[in-house]
Amino acid sequence: MLGKLSWQAVPFDQPIALAAGAFVVLVIVGALVWVAAKGYIPYLWREWITSVDHKRIGIMYCLLAAVMLVRGFIDALMMRSQQALAFHAAGYLPPEHYNQIFSAHGTIMIFFMAMPFVIGLMNFAMPLQLGVRDVAFPTLNSVSFWLTAAGALLVNLSLVVGEFARTGWLPYPPLSELTYSPGVGVDYYLWAIQISGVGTLMTGINMVTTVLKIRAPGMSYMRMPIFCWTTLASNLVIVAAFPILTATLAMLLLDRYVGFHFFTNEAGGNAMMFQNLIWAWGHPEVYILVLPAFGVFSEVVSTFSGKPLFDRRSMIVATLGICILSLCVWLHHFFTMGAGGDVNAVFGIASMIIAVPTGVKIYNWLFTMYGGRVRFSSAMLWSIGFMVTFVIGGMTGVLLASPVADFVLHNSLFLVAHFHNVIIGGVVFGVFAGYTYWFPKAFGFVLDERLGKAAFWCWFVGFYVTFVPLYVVGLEGMTRRMQRFDRPEWYPWMLVAEVGVLTILCGIVLQIAQLWVSIRQRAKRRDLTGDPWDGRSLEWSTTSPPPVFNFAVLPVVTSDEPYWSIKQEARARRHLVTAEPDYAPIEMPRNSPTGFVTAFFAVVTGFSLIWHIWWLVILGLIGAYVTFVAFAWRDHTEFEIPAEEVARIDRANRAARAAALAGEPVR
Amino acid sequence: MSSPALRLSVDPALGPAGIAPGHVTGHGAGGPAPKRIIVGYGFWIFLLSDVIMFSAFFAAYAVLFKNTAGGPSAHELFDLHSTAVETAVLLASTFTCGMASLAVGHRNQKWTQIALLVTGLLGFVFIVLEIREFSSFVARGAGPSRSAFLSSFFTLVGCHGIHVSVALLWLGTMMAQFYAKGFRQDIRHRFLCFSLFWHALDIIWVAIFNLVYLVGSLPPELLP
Repeated sequence: MLGKLSWQAVPFDQPIALAAGAFVVLVIVGALVWVAAKGYIPYLWREWITSVDHKRIGIMYCLLAAVMLVRGFIDALMMRSQQALAFHAAGYLPPEHYNQIFSAHGTIMIFFMAMPFVIGLMNFAMPLQLGVRDVAFPTLNSVSFWLTAAGALLVNLSLVVGEFARTGWLPYPPLSELTYSPGVGVDYYLWAIQISGVGTLMTGINMVTTVLKIRAPGMSYMRMPIFCWTTLASNLVIVAAFPILTATLAMLLLDRYVGFHFFTNEAGGNAMMFQNLIWAWGHPEVYILVLPAFGVFSEVVSTFSGKPLFDRRSMIVATLGICILSLCVWLHHFFTMGAGGDVNAVFGIASMIIAVPTGVKIYNWLFTMYGGRVRFSSAMLWSIGFMVTFVIGGMTGVLLASPVADFVLHNSLFLVAHFHNVIIGGVVFGVFAGYTYWFPKAFGFVLDERLGKAAFWCWFVGFYVTFVPLYVVGLEGMTRRMQRFDRPEWYPWMLVAEVGVLTILCGIVLQIAQLWVSIRQRAKRRDLTGDPWDGRSLEWSTTSPPPVFNFAVLPVVTSDEPYWSIKQEARARRHLVTAEPDYAPIEMPRNSPTGFVTAFFAVVTGFSLIWHIWWLVILGLIGAYVTFVAFAWRDHTEFEIPAEEVARIDRANRAARAAALAGEPVR
Repeated sequence: MSSPALRLSVDPALGPAGIAPGHVTGHGAGGPAPKRIIVGYGFWIFLLSDVIMFSAFFAAYAVLFKNTAGGPSAHELFDLHSTAVETAVLLASTFTCGMASLAVGHRNQKWTQIALLVTGLLGFVFIVLEIREFSSFVARGAGPSRSAFLSSFFTLVGCHGIHVSVALLWLGTMMAQFYAKGFRQDIRHRFLCFSLFWHALDIIWVAIFNLVYLVGSLPPELLP
């Protein structure tokens, strides 16, 4: 009846796992009870859960990512603490639990922190920057989000029911085959990633279509903001790479569930094929993450330097160069496979070539700052911190790209330090810069700068204190994922790294405090003009937060920096340049529970597949199909916002901007 | 032109798209595309991603082709006659799907339903033939668990079969929608996507027919 599921699935014998699971359950139940008691459920259902508004969906993505950041960071804290305690000792985490933790850390941080965060920012900002009202397929967007959330739920469910994979963030066979991993851990991993991967693929399709087909009049390709270019590049890579992930994990699932032999040791299976296939997705994946971050930095650096971005053309070419090259280097993840000197050389050189367009970008940002009137806000600090850190990470990457060096360093903590150097320094700093930069646009008030800067310094210093020691012990031969060790020369470095991770913890606590304080003081932090940073692209031309339709009239773009050029003209003339437009009614897509319901059935199906509850699998699939038909059967897919309402909202926006203009000193 | 503090707006002096002719620089400056283009374009991107997924299965098949683990090889198993019939049936269904497109273009309910029904029946025959082939392999001890080669064969061809089956479900839903709702614009857009999907499955089948069945039927000494 319940397949493999029984009370034994709950880890009563593992106090740490059980306590963590109980805590999570308590928090979730507590939050639900609080929401229900306050009577917020109808509001949440109407305004958020069923929303197809790209801004709301973007915010929910970022919220999911922030929660998962905390979850994944707790795993990191536990790992570092284990290694700090495990010199000639057992530490406090038994090996099977430690293995689950490093697997969960990587899985959560990549799939459920970094991915949702960049997708959230793209969702929120890209249509606003393009001067349009929504993405190409709004309901599909909601489905994508809820499928990602479904995957995250399954991963976290493994805390309480069953176990998580012990196979690392990429489940290499034959270890991940049924023979060596008979438990449900790998199945949790596989189904969670399959479900969220489908969501990500649909996001990719949605955003590529949006950028290429839905832009404000006059917004030619060369006039698109750089963030939109990087969004396009990143989503093109999603469309090119995620299907490979789906296919690869499907092969592993077939091996595990029905005895196929893709990657097994027996019957002609080829485990190295898994590594090839998974990295054909996995390497592009890191560029999927970092390209949008590059876009954020371009916006932030240009805005806070008060200058147009230096040489947009080379930035665009570099972005697309990375987009293509990212698909040509995957073999550098397994130089030691034995593909031979020629193959290794080709991929080594290709990997080094990626440093060229990336270097172009660094110079673009530096030259943008050069001669500018730089304002050192916290978003700008994240960007400068990124430039310093990412260059170092890039250089250790070029070092690892040499097959000769890689033979010595692969699977060592040097590698771990390298990819954290680029992912924290690149992606995490990038999403934090974007979060700080667009927060006022999303919520109508600015975040506390003092706490934001303090958080930056904790992260920045904490990063180096944590990962420089890992570079050192990596060079000394310490491999990754060690539950215990007995080399005395490594021990002091492990203690230093522990201090570093605690410093990062301070940074996270400060960020939570920043959010808390800013929400409490929101009345006096209001952004009345909709343009708190003196921005240059179109998202700053509408109110904060923007109305559901974003723009009362679609803007007409006549320059590279449409909002900036218009603002300058108004400043010169000391009054608004345009007359009030003729307002017309606006059609917007209606809310739809399709995404939520689909995700519900995805969770049911995924969970029952993990536990082999076959009747429930069939029920879940039927439910998904019924949802699909019910959605297709709808007659009213749009609603109309009357012209008077549009006029009322837009007149307030114009009045606020006129007041702001009148209040500015004469230049 | 327009302004700041700032409402950017359409200047009445400009053309219908709100753009003065001299202002259009480069490409793609014409404003949002019509809905039909957006839907079709998005679906094309999806199809490309689907093709990439198939290419991963093709790659796995190519890698594992010779790993028969002492079991039957492609040359011993494949029966080109049955595959030829499958191919003919599927190609014919593409033709009838094209007829359905024409009927939708003419808003002709009767011929739309007939053409779609025939398309569906041909698709169904294809699936039945495929299942027969698969079960005959299994009956001869050549199931997917026999060897890595057979695992990859069943996965690649089966994945196409699952696609066709899902497309049949979609086709049924499409017929019901045309019947109940008529030729509404959004339903015609969906039908555009459906027909693209159906034709794409055909293209993938052509690749399977050539790379899997024709190449696989060659005598081993002719293979590299």
